[in-house]
Amino acid sequence: MTSIKGFFRGRTSIQPIWVFVIALFIFFSLMSEYFLSFGNVTNILVQTSTIGLIALGMTLVMINGNIDLSVGAILGLAASLAVGLQEISMTLAILAALGSGILLGAINGLIVWKTGVNAFIVTLGAMLGIRGLIFLYTGEQSFYALNFAFSDFGTSTIGPFPVLAVIFLTCTLIMHLVLTRTGHGRNTFAVGGNPEASIDAGIRLGRHMMINFIIVGFFAALAGVMLASQMGAATPNLGRDYELWVITAVVLGGTKLTGGYGSIVGTLGGVLAIGILRNGMNLMQVPAFYVLVILGAILISVLIIDKKLNAPSTKEVRI
Amino acid sequence: MASAEQSKSSLPKGKLSKAGVMSFLSAQGILIFFLLGMFVFSLFSEQFLSQSNIMTVVRQASIIGIIAVGVTVVIIGGNLDLSVGSMLSFSTVLVVDLHDKIGPTNAILMMFALTLMIGAVNGILIGFLRLNSLIVTLAMLSAIQGFVLIYSGGQNVDIADQEGTWFAFFGRGYLGGIAVPILLFGLLAILVQVVMSYTGYGRRIFAVGGNPMAAVYSGIRKNWCVFSTYLISAFCVACAALVLGSRVMGSQNNVGQGYELLVLAGIILGGTSLLGGAGSIWKTVVGVLILGFIQNGLLLMGYPYYIQWIVTWVIIILAVWLDLANKRKSLFTTHS
Repeated sequence: MTSIKGFFRGRTSIQPIWVFVIALFIFFSLMSEYFLSFGNVTNILVQTSTIGLIALGMTLVMINGNIDLSVGAILGLAASLAVGLQEISMTLAILAALGSGILLGAINGLIVWKTGVNAFIVTLGAMLGIRGLIFLYTGEQSFYALNFAFSDFGTSTIGPFPVLAVIFLTCTLIMHLVLTRTGHGRNTFAVGGNPEASIDAGIRLGRHMMINFIIVGFFAALAGVMLASQMGAATPNLGRDYELWVITAVVLGGTKLTGGYGSIVGTLGGVLAIGILRNGMNLMQVPAFYVLVILGAILISVLIIDKKLNAPSTKEVRI
Repeated sequence: MASAEQSKSSLPKGKLSKAGVMSFLSAQGILIFFLLGMFVFSLFSEQFLSQSNIMTVVRQASIIGIIAVGVTVVIIGGNLDLSVGSMLSFSTVLVVDLHDKIGPTNAILMMFALTLMIGAVNGILIGFLRLNSLIVTLAMLSAIQGFVLIYSGGQNVDIADQEGTWFAFFGRGYLGGIAVPILLFGLLAILVQVVMSYTGYGRRIFAVGGNPMAAVYSGIRKNWCVFSTYLISAFCVACAALVLGSRVMGSQNNVGQGYELLVLAGIILGGTSLLGGAGSIWKTVVGVLILGFIQNGLLLMGYPYYIQWIVTWVIIILAVWLDLANKRKSLFTTHS
């Protein structure tokens, strides 16, 4: 028991969202006979892996007190590169896709660091601009993967577990350890909690933020490659609105927009809540657009509950 | 910031004079840029500065412009509104769909009432319950889009008799030789600018956005002020929906998707700070027009439409950067 406690040590506490995830899980298990099966549960993990991976990186950026709106566009560019460059070489295509994510994340981070412009504005611009780059590269065409090894990868399994789910859960574990057990993770909370004090404490603020933007860029690109391999294709509009889903998941997970507070465990809960809700309502044959309304309602209720439960912190003085 | 203060004294002289030039450029920056851009575009395309082209651009920009007027007020009050895109879809689908069912007058009244009601929900959640505006309007963005799809059942709507209805006036009509959308945009911009600069109400919004605590201690009813900004924003969206629905005479379910970000881009380009307490409608009008002229100019020069997004990316960051550099008297931040 102590070892489990030790695993969740530090700033991680069990988020209320997990209560909700478990309640949803039980609800849909009772409502639909198809929900509670090994195949469906792994299916949920595969479906959420795209949003989930980006949410891991976004958690770090948001704990920093920043935000990244360009992840959907980075995902789209990486997917197009991964499929479009396959004619030359598969390895090159995937390396280029992941490299583009790292590069664009670095550009975002460098601009935030050097110019001091608010990350919201920097990444809002990037979101438009990178979408332009996708259209420029693809010439407004969709690409189809001719190499079957690529699309097979998206459906392959390790033992009984789908590869995509395994990748997602492994990355979640790694990011949890990075956030709770490393100096970088500690600095992430420090920077979000009080940027000026963290500079005085000797943290290289700009570099630190840039690393987190690179991490989220990398995860967005990885998610793009994985999504493209699932579909065996890439369209120029792929990933539109993903930034909204990702931010919703992270906020559901209890990460504060003001920075300095959040956890990967919470984010995983937020991602699973969205995934279970979408999957379960599909199985109950509810039209997909009801999910949008319910998700909005949940997000607002989480905010209200959070407001009632937590005494207002000193950071957001509101009267 | 402490580090910024230090850099002021430790800067070598050469850099300071550079900053002097910078400060002039950025004080007039956006206007200079605007004129420079117009000049360049007019070199490459003869039609660019023609009266009909300018009118076309302003007319195209008027929908984003009308929404931006309302969102600027919300931002001056210290909040954000991301739900305007979905709200535009909602209002447009509603007014077009109801037009054939209950007649144009009732449809318009109904649309305004329901749009204002959504604005009121935003306002109650953010003004009175004091929730974070970014997340609330993000949640509303998704919820309203869901409502639109439920309402329309995923079908596109359109008006059957497009020639015989006076509803066409708002999007296609002319009054004194000027297109009605432009008139509506101009009228709203002037009205809101006058309210913001010359009335007590406007001053209170600025006060609330600048320093909420000080505003409350000065006896301003902050909650009501925030609440009212969302009503203004919703009203502007309803006006934009009127123009859009009447121009297209039909509507897709997601017609307003992405508008919230274009609107924000225009506002930021104009130079209104997202922190609240500062800004003006004029700036927003200039910002929205710049977006429109970039789009039009690049198209006339023969570039595909998506090039404007890349150009907008660069310009938005440059505009805000120059403004910041001017305030801190150095081009780059000093922390490592």
